[in-house]
Amino acid sequence: MELTQFLNEAWLSRGAIWDGFVMTVAISALAIVLGTVLGLFVGIALVYGWRPLRFLVRLYVDFIRGTPVFVLVLASFYILSVVGIDLTAFQAGVLAITVFCSSHVGEMLRGALAAIHRGQTEAAMTIGLTFRQTFLYVLLPQALRQILPTWVNAATEMVKASTLLSVIGVAELLLATQQIISRNFLSLEFYFLAGFIYFVIDFSIERLGRWVERKLAYS
Amino acid sequence: MAEHLLVIENLHKTFGATEVLRGVDLNVDSGDVVSIIGSSGSGKTTLLRCVNMLEDYHEGRVLIDGEEIGYTRHDGKRVRLPNSTIARQRALTGMAFQTFNLFPHLTALKNVTLGLVKVRGLAKDEAVGIARRWLDRVGMLDRQDHYPSQLSGGQQQRVAIARAIAMNPKLMLFDEVTSALDPELVNEVLNVIRDLARDGMTMLLVTHEMRFAYDVSTTVIFMHEGRIHEAGPPSEVFIRPRTPRLAEFIQNSSFRA
Repeated sequence: MELTQFLNEAWLSRGAIWDGFVMTVAISALAIVLGTVLGLFVGIALVYGWRPLRFLVRLYVDFIRGTPVFVLVLASFYILSVVGIDLTAFQAGVLAITVFCSSHVGEMLRGALAAIHRGQTEAAMTIGLTFRQTFLYVLLPQALRQILPTWVNAATEMVKASTLLSVIGVAELLLATQQIISRNFLSLEFYFLAGFIYFVIDFSIERLGRWVERKLAYS
Repeated sequence: MAEHLLVIENLHKTFGATEVLRGVDLNVDSGDVVSIIGSSGSGKTTLLRCVNMLEDYHEGRVLIDGEEIGYTRHDGKRVRLPNSTIARQRALTGMAFQTFNLFPHLTALKNVTLGLVKVRGLAKDEAVGIARRWLDRVGMLDRQDHYPSQLSGGQQQRVAIARAIAMNPKLMLFDEVTSALDPELVNEVLNVIRDLARDGMTMLLVTHEMRFAYDVSTTVIFMHEGRIHEAGPPSEVFIRPRTPRLAEFIQNSSFRA
C-alpha cells in the first residue's frame, strides 16, 4: 500500500525530479569544469608566480579552503549584490562552487608539480626545451596524472556541495525533493530517492575516473 | 688557427660559502673523449653542469664552437643571456644523467621524438625515423613502445642516451651514467658509449669506471678541490701519475693495469 503510494507519487513528480537532477548535474559540471580550469592557473601561480602574485594567490587559496562552502554560497549570493554585482541565484551558486573547486585543484596541482623530481626539468632543458615547453610537455602531463584520483574525489565533493544551493532557491535536486515532500509528506521515501540519485551521480564520476586512470597508466 | 670545440676558461663556481670550482681551464677538440675522475666533492659533476648551464657560474667563460654559453658582456660586466637563448645553446650539447631522467609518461620512442619535434621542429615522420635509428643503435628498437617503468635501468639509460644523441649535439656530456645501475647492467651502457666514442662523438664524461676511462679516453682529467690537479693521456694518468694525490686516488680505486 505504502510502496504503491510512493511509486505513484514518484511517478507524478518525475518531471520535477528530472529537472532537479538536470540542474544538479549542470551546476556540478559547470563548477567542476570552470573550477578546474581556474584551479590550474591557481596552481601554476602558486609554483611559478612572481612573488607578490604568489602571495595573493596563496591568500586566496587558504582563505577559500578555510571557509565553509555554505558561507561561500551565501556570500556570493548576498554580499555581491550589496556591492552592485547582481547575479542570479544560479550564477552565484555556480560561482561559489567554482571558487571552492579552484582552490582545491590549485593546491593539488601545486603539490603534484612540487613532487616531480628535478631531474625531469633538467632532462627537458638539456634537450633544448624552453621553460614553457618543459611545463607543457613534461611537467603538466605528469602532474595531471598524479592528481587525477584526488581530483575525482573533489569532483564528487562538488556534486554534494551543489545541494547547498537549495538555500538560495536554486531548484536543484535537493530543493526539488523538498518541494515534493511538502506536498505529499513522504519525507523518508523521497529523501532516500534523492540520496540514491546523488549516489548514482557520484558513483558514475568515480567509475569514469577509474576508467580514465587506467587509460592513462604508464605501464 | 683551429678553434677548439669546447673551451673552458678560468671557471669559478660557489655554492653559498663553498667554492666548488676554483679556476678550471680545459680545451676539448672535436673527436676527443675526455674523462673526468676524482673523489666526490672534487667538482666533477658541477664542471659538467656548467657546460650546459644547468648551473650558473660566477666567473670565467665556457665557449662551444666559439660561442659563449650562458652569458654575454656589456661594458665589461657579465650579463646572463635570456632563457630562450640559453635553451637554444643547451641543445648544442646532449646530456645523460646518473638517474636517467626519462619522461615516465612517454614511451621510449616518444622520449626521443619530443625534442626532435618541439626543439628541432622536424615533422613527426622524420622525427620517428631518426628516433628509431638511434634506438636501434643502442639496441632498444624492439622496446620503442615501452614506458620507462617497463624497462631495466640499463635499458632506460640506453634510451636516455639515444634521446640526447638524436638531437645531434656537438658534444655529449655523461654524468656518472652507470653509478645507479646494478653491476650486471653496467656493461651494456658502457658498450654503447664505447661504440659512440669509436664513431668520433666528442664527449666529456664523469665516471667512476676507471678501467672504462682508461680504455676509451683520449684525455683523462683528475679533479681535486675544485681544480684540474692533473691531466693527460690515460696511459700517463693511470700508469705514471705525477702527483702523490693522484697516485693515492688511483691506488685506492679499482683500477688495475
